[in-house]
This record gives sequence, structure tokens and C-alpha cells, in this order.
Amino acid sequence: MTMLQNLLVLTLLLGAGLVVRAAARDRFWRETAREMWRRRPVAIVVVGLYLLVGLADSISWVGGAVEGDPMSGFRARSLVDRLFVPEAFKEASYSAPFAKTAFYGGAPLQHPGQHWLGTDLLGRDVVYRALKGVRVALLIGGLTTLVVIPVALLFGVSAGYFGRRVDDAVFFLMTVLSSVPPLLLLIALIMVLGKGTIQVCVALGITGWVHFCRLSRGESLKLRETDYVAAARVLGVSDLTIIRRHILPNMAHLIIITFALTFTSMVLSETVLSYLGIGLEGSWGQMIDQARNELSRTPVIWWNLFAAASLLFVLVLCVNLIADALRDVMDPRTRTEAR
Amino acid sequence: MAAFLLRRVAYGALTILGVLLLLFVLFFAVTDPDDIARKAVGERARPEVYQQWKKNHGYDRPLFLNRAHDAGSLARYTDTLLYEHFRTMLTFDFGRSDADDSPIGERLWQGAGPSLSLTLPLFLIELVVAVAIGLMVAFFRETAIDRVVLVACIFTMSVASLLYIIAGQYVVGILLKWFPISGYDGDGTVVWRFLALPVLVGVVSGFGSDVRLYRTIFVEEMGRDYVRTARAKGAGDARVMVGHVLRNALIPIITNVVVAIPFLFTGSLLLESFFGIPGLGAMTVEAIQGNDFATLRVMVYLGALLFILGQILTDLSYALADPRVRLS
Repeated sequence: MTMLQNLLVLTLLLGAGLVVRAAARDRFWRETAREMWRRRPVAIVVVGLYLLVGLADSISWVGGAVEGDPMSGFRARSLVDRLFVPEAFKEASYSAPFAKTAFYGGAPLQHPGQHWLGTDLLGRDVVYRALKGVRVALLIGGLTTLVVIPVALLFGVSAGYFGRRVDDAVFFLMTVLSSVPPLLLLIALIMVLGKGTIQVCVALGITGWVHFCRLSRGESLKLRETDYVAAARVLGVSDLTIIRRHILPNMAHLIIITFALTFTSMVLSETVLSYLGIGLEGSWGQMIDQARNELSRTPVIWWNLFAAASLLFVLVLCVNLIADALRDVMDPRTRTEAR
Repeated sequence: MAAFLLRRVAYGALTILGVLLLLFVLFFAVTDPDDIARKAVGERARPEVYQQWKKNHGYDRPLFLNRAHDAGSLARYTDTLLYEHFRTMLTFDFGRSDADDSPIGERLWQGAGPSLSLTLPLFLIELVVAVAIGLMVAFFRETAIDRVVLVACIFTMSVASLLYIIAGQYVVGILLKWFPISGYDGDGTVVWRFLALPVLVGVVSGFGSDVRLYRTIFVEEMGRDYVRTARAKGAGDARVMVGHVLRNALIPIITNVVVAIPFLFTGSLLLESFFGIPGLGAMTVEAIQGNDFATLRVMVYLGALLFILGQILTDLSYALADPRVRLS
């Protein structure tokens, strides 16, 4: 299991590397990247940091037992786990940020002043828990979208390009799926499939798929009628090559912008799922949901809510800002030729 | 026009059948009715109890072919889950809840009122506020005001709706004590006290994306020739914006809004369950937490039905406003 997961991460990294290399050869992408870096340097760096944390939490290996917990030597632990050593780095119950004594009773802490954002009900370090949420969020938003987009493209482009029967079938499927309110469909799917990471991702994929499919269908319907596609067809270029060379590259900006927007909407809708009790284990949504009632204690326990909410907010905000700039930079109508 | 409408309604009906089929696949084929029954009566229930429950709730039939009947008889096909599912849904005979045996149809009627009392003011206030701000931002486009409001929109869009509710309850309900944190009273004179906070939270959380949408619509309208003509004839800013731009932008705005109207009945899941409003949204949340598949099924079906209705209304308003659509 651990092996498989590490392999998956490495494959993703390799794929990302290949995509970046291919993009670096193209003038359009080089200019877009340069312009994006000029406009949103902070947001890009922040998203990069999130990716790093997610990556550090995704690669795990067995070995090196923690002092006082011999079983930990047989569990696969990630880089983040090894940095924080959650087995030892904990208290009896709540403690405030940088506190020297426990929240209840005022007994001295085991690690006084070291919990930057305090500890939760079970005495776990809040910074550690919040950082663990990064990987879950990236999984929900990123991995799901990455799986959904090729499927949606396959259906959308073939419907738009080939038209007729294919279009009728895909369009009907889209109409049926999109006529169920998204949240209700999501809930129904998870209720039916069961709780769990894969199930939630599949449910999010099925719900998120429709919007993207509709977009790519509309766009390829439009592109099919352009002169250069007609010219290619007259020259005897095959359908597959036309799609690959003429249709897909002209939809690239749409794909990337939609990727960013789908990402944020998925991460945000996970919090609702967590509230309903069908979210992902260890997500920020769960932390927020658990922290709901802590606000009515006196003194107020705010750090759990604060940690999860601010990490969630910063990630979504940065991706939204990037998406917003991408729209300006990549849209051919507003794009100005870079010098 | 009649042909257009007829075609549209026929496609809507076909979509409803598709949704029902999807629901059937999800709730009967993918989830085993045995699992539903086991969740309802408990793992340790005696087999008789379990069988009786399945019989009472109509889960004891086979999926789509009942071999208990003779080969030629119609009952072979009608005495099945598939047939019963389509029949109950299409005739609005929803039966009883899986969780507490209460009749679902009656509870729908009870829940629609409270849901509407929350969503209707929310919808209207949000519409007016977002259109007004969108118009203002479009007027001041490419200035500091525009940029500040747009960034504010992105900020408000990046906060999870759950947080708006928690923050609203904490600040307005616990710290300021202006309104009760949650609760509901059907009495017309005090009900606004319970609704003020959820409406406020709803408006704030939905405002960002709406303002951006309306701004785009207005900016597009402002680039048109008739705006230049109006200015050339000496019309003032206010007159151009409200009398010309807003009036012409109403068509895209209305078509955007009409889709949302049917959903006013189904209420809002989060707002209702957090603020204790006994509407359809809260009912859905209860159904999710209580593994009440029968109620959930009905809710999904109703949601889809209302959505399709909204789509037909939208297309109709399009057709009324735009002769090109009518004739195509």
C-alpha cells in the first residue's frame, strides 16, 4: 500500500516534470508563465508551499521507531510525521498557543511553549493536524480534478466534434446529471457508495464532471466550424489528428482556468460534507466541524478553528487569485502580445 | 411558439425519466435494499422483524423481473422495485420515511413554508444588493473602486460557507446578542428575529460570485452602441446606467435568476440545519444523518424536477424576449 502510494506520487511528479518541459518549449506557455509570475508572485509561491507540504506528507516509509512507542517502527510514516513525531509530541487535552500549563486544571505541560497553535481535545498538536490537512485538500481538489478532466474532455470533445448521435447521447447524460442539484447529487452518491477517500473523490468527480464536459462540448462545437479546421479536413487530416493538433490546443486556456475553479469549489464543498458527517478523514472541514462547539466554551477555544480555517482560506484564495489572473493572461480576447 | 414549447416540455419529461433511472440505479441497484433494511432495523434484529420491515417499506420485491408470477402476466414486470419506484415518484405518492415511518408527502408540505420564509427574502435581498453593487462597479470600471470590490469578491468567495455560519452565529448571536442563535416560530410577528441572521449570512456568502457575474454582464452592455448614442444625445450618467444599461441587461439577469426560483422551495441545507429552521433543507440533512434513503430519494427527485421546471421557464422567457430562439 505504501509502496503503491509512493509510486503514484513519483508518477505524478514525473508527469508534472514532462508537462513543464513540454510547455517550456512553447512560446505561448513561456510568455504566459512569465506574465503570471509578474502578476501573482505571492500566490504562486504560497501554492508552491502547499504543494511541498502535500508532497512531504505523501511519501512515507517504514522504520525508525519513536522512543516510547515501539509500534511506530512498523507503521509507514511520512516526512511530516517524522518532523512532528505526533506519538510523543502531545498533551493530555486542550492547551492554548504557546501555553506553559494545560487548559483544564493548569497542570504543567510536557512540551511547554512548543505548541504554536495549542492542542486539541485529545492533546494533539494543532499545527501538525492542520498541516496534515494540506494533503487531504490537495487530494480532493487536485487529484480528483486531474482524473475528471480527461474523462470530461473525451466526452465533451467527441460530442462537440462528431455531433449527431454521440452529441445526443452525451448531451442527454449531461442534462440528467446536471438537473440534480449538485450538492444533493454529491450527498446521494456518497450515501450510496459509502464513506471513504476514494468514494468521496469519485462522487466529487461525477458531480464536477458535467460542468466541464458542457464547456468543452460548447468550445469544440465552435472550433469545429473554424476555417483552419475546415482547411485541415480538406487536406485529408484524420479526425484524431485534428482534435489533437487544432481543437485541444485551442481549448488549453479553458482547461486550465476550469481546473483552478473546480479545485476551489471541490475543496470548499468538502467542508459541507464534513459537516454532514460524510467528509474525508483528517480534512480541514472535519477540524472546522469539530471546532464548532468549542467557541461556546469560556475562555473560547479558537485555535482549532483558526488553524484549519486560515489554511483553507489561504489556499482557496491563492488559487482563486491565480485563476483570475490566468483568465486575463490567457484569454485570447484580452491577451496582449508580450514584448 | 407552441411547437417550441412542446418540444421543450417533451425533452424535460425525458430528462425526468433519466433522473428517475439514475436514482433507481443509485438507490436500488448500487445500494442493496438488504443493506438499507439492516441499517434501519439494526444488525442484531431477528429475521422476521427484518423481513417485515422490508415488506412494509416495499423493499421486498425483486429489482426488475418478478419470477414469482407467471411468464406471460404483466405482474411479472409491475410487481418489481423498478416499476414501483417510477410509479410512486411520478404520481407523487412518496410513502413513508425509512427512519421514523412518517409520511414523506405530509412532511414536504409542512417544510415548504419555513423553507420559503428563509429563501424568499434571502433571494430578493441578494438580487437587489448584488445588482446594485454590480452596476456601481461596472460604472466605475478600471478604477480603484472597481479593483477593491473585485478583490473583496474574491476574498469572500474563498471562505467556506460553513465558516460564515459559525462566525455569524458567534459574532451576532453570542457576542452581540442581537438575534437568537437558532430556532423558529411559525408566528408571523416574531419570525423575522429568527430569520434575520440566516438571511444576513446567506447574502454575505453568496454575494461575491453574484457581483462578479452582474459586473461582467453590465460591462458587456456598456460597450454597446446604444450607450454611446444615449450619451451623444446628452443623457446623464444615472439615466444611462439605470434607464439604458440596467434595462437591457435585465434579460441576461432574469434568465440567470429564473433558474434559481424553483430552488427556493427546497431551501438551504446548511442554513436551515444550523439555524434550526424546520424546512426541507433541514429535513434533508436529517435524512442524511439518519440513513433515511426514502426521504433522500424524494428530495433528489424534487430538486431535479424543480430544476427542469426552472430550465423550461428560462427557455420560455428567452423565447419570449428573443425572436431568434423562437424561430430556430
